[in-house]
Amino acid sequence: MDSETKKDIEVAPALIAVHPDQCSVAVAVGHHLRVFDLLAGSAVSLTDDSDASPFHTDNIRAIRFGAKGKLFVSAGDDKTVKVWSTQSWRCLTSVSSEKRVSAVAISDDGTYVCFADKFGLVWIVDLDPPLRDKKPAPLLSHYCSIITSLEFSPHGRFILSADRDFKIRVTCFPKNPLNGAHQIQSFCLGHTEFVSCLAFVQAQECPQGLLLSGSGDATVRLWNVDSGALLDTCEVATKAGLLESDDKAEEHEHAVTDLCTVLDGLLVAVAIQRQDYHYSILSFLTGRILFGFLTSLFDNAVVVSIAGEAFVPTCLASPSAGKLWMVTGVSTLPGCNFPALARVKVISGIDDEQEPVVMGDNGIPGGEKLLETLQGTASVDDNAFLAAAEAVKTAMGQLLIKKQYPSENRESRKKCRNDRKLKG
Amino acid sequence: MSKNEVNPTISKSTGLPRKRFYRARAHSNPLSDSHFPVSISPSHVDYSLHYPQLFPSAGQADSSKRIQFADVGCGFGGLLISLSTLFPETLMIGMELRDKVTEYVKERISSLRVANPGQYQNVSVVRTNSMKYIPNYFGKGQLSKMFFLFPDPHFKEKNHRRRVISPFLLDEYAYVLEVGGIIYTITDVEELGDWMKSCLENHPMFEALTKKELEADPVVKLLSSATEEGQKVARNGGQTFQAVFRRIVPSDQTS
Repeated sequence: MDSETKKDIEVAPALIAVHPDQCSVAVAVGHHLRVFDLLAGSAVSLTDDSDASPFHTDNIRAIRFGAKGKLFVSAGDDKTVKVWSTQSWRCLTSVSSEKRVSAVAISDDGTYVCFADKFGLVWIVDLDPPLRDKKPAPLLSHYCSIITSLEFSPHGRFILSADRDFKIRVTCFPKNPLNGAHQIQSFCLGHTEFVSCLAFVQAQECPQGLLLSGSGDATVRLWNVDSGALLDTCEVATKAGLLESDDKAEEHEHAVTDLCTVLDGLLVAVAIQRQDYHYSILSFLTGRILFGFLTSLFDNAVVVSIAGEAFVPTCLASPSAGKLWMVTGVSTLPGCNFPALARVKVISGIDDEQEPVVMGDNGIPGGEKLLETLQGTASVDDNAFLAAAEAVKTAMGQLLIKKQYPSENRESRKKCRNDRKLKG
Repeated sequence: MSKNEVNPTISKSTGLPRKRFYRARAHSNPLSDSHFPVSISPSHVDYSLHYPQLFPSAGQADSSKRIQFADVGCGFGGLLISLSTLFPETLMIGMELRDKVTEYVKERISSLRVANPGQYQNVSVVRTNSMKYIPNYFGKGQLSKMFFLFPDPHFKEKNHRRRVISPFLLDEYAYVLEVGGIIYTITDVEELGDWMKSCLENHPMFEALTKKELEADPVVKLLSSATEEGQKVARNGGQTFQAVFRRIVPSDQTS
């Protein structure tokens, strides 16, 4: 790998996570971790007894709230996983990984934290007793593939892991997971590019919940995790009117970067990466999931455009009340004076009837103060975000998209092989 | 295969492909990104391509018959050819990462099909990285036998993760094997033999076959005699190390 592509990969997108009860919002950009307390209306200062400052020394790649909002976990390229208490915002446990961390998940009861490294291994840490330094145990492995997303199923019966080799593995979460999770329930196979995100939706006919996944192949798919059966596929870009149904020329143009369920899965928000930033980037898919089909859901795709601004969300988050939080930004931008760029937006009025509205900066919960905390600065030039979106896209492509060689090229390279050339 | 008489890659006397035109490197990196086509899911595997006589129509919907034996790293296909006549009713497939070797096995099978009408219709080969894509080819509990014969030893500790039998990969093999399905491994490298045995012994979903069961199983004898590697070891008077295990339901699980 030459140094140029290496530099591209080092760029990390901004991430956002919202407390399930809307107590706080966290944004991670580069190695910065910024938290804002929505109840108190002020920035939170995190504390770490190991007096490591900054808390992370390299790009943060995954953050999330867990255990019904009691815990928060952050991890990334510095090979450190930090578990924080959301009451005191003190670092409870710090775990060292052998490799860079790409995804994290917390079990519902807050007993276990799982994290995936870039070589496809998923590790597990027991948080009980809560010691400062913990040794992780290997849980499962995808053979040398970057794991992009980790998720527990609603009742904690399964742990799901998605990778860049198009697959989603559903593994039974054992009673004693420190010995490894050996029993695979199913594989959800059907995506034709890297899987970027996972989310569960509640469905009456399936108490386990149904799984939604977004991918670089510009589709969102619905799965039954028990059997691994593909229930429905939605060509997101087509539904959102971003391209004609028969226009397949630009592959990877509309990669789904994140998806998020709102109102218990009645709505699904999908962030799509695109080249032309002049209009919409986020589509809302509304409706109910009936009999395992998304049809009604995807028939009413609403595309939310953010007027007059270039905003390509890199990450979405939604607590239970009908708001959707979005962030765009990048850890570093070559030739730009603003390291750790971030821009936060909120969409409100999300329910069946209304049109979703993008809130103005003043209307956001927490107001200017929140933006100052989470963005680092009050305002940044639009063009920087365009460049940032481009950088994120390049980095994601370098990291997750496999190089394609046309079959003619592959065949012509075999031409002079002994077994071929004599065949005539 | 076209019956081209002047084709020098096919032996005139036996009608089989000549190995010297398919000379390939002994090892291949299983970690590298694969650039060959990979089946999206088990239902996308085109049986009419692999078993044209048994599945005449393309895109068959007849799911009653599935592949049941998989020879992972089949090499030049010696075991498959022997198994094909021993289990004529069972569909079996070889998986090989090296393109040239796969081509050889393909030619070998089609030559045998021509020379022995009605036979060898149940055997095929696919070029793939089975360490990455096993679940793309077989569904849950689909296989009744899996073979790992004379795999790469990967001596360096740093490279142990490239071994085809490893604690984590066994999870995937346990997924595609039916309960009671059997995994066969053999090697001429003592260190690797110990490794494979201990991996299988320590896995909660596998148990060793008893001595009696091993003696009663006709396949066990083929492990060392049918494959090209096995014959080479026998020629040199070498020792082989087997580990044959059965897929079981783990003791802490009821389902």
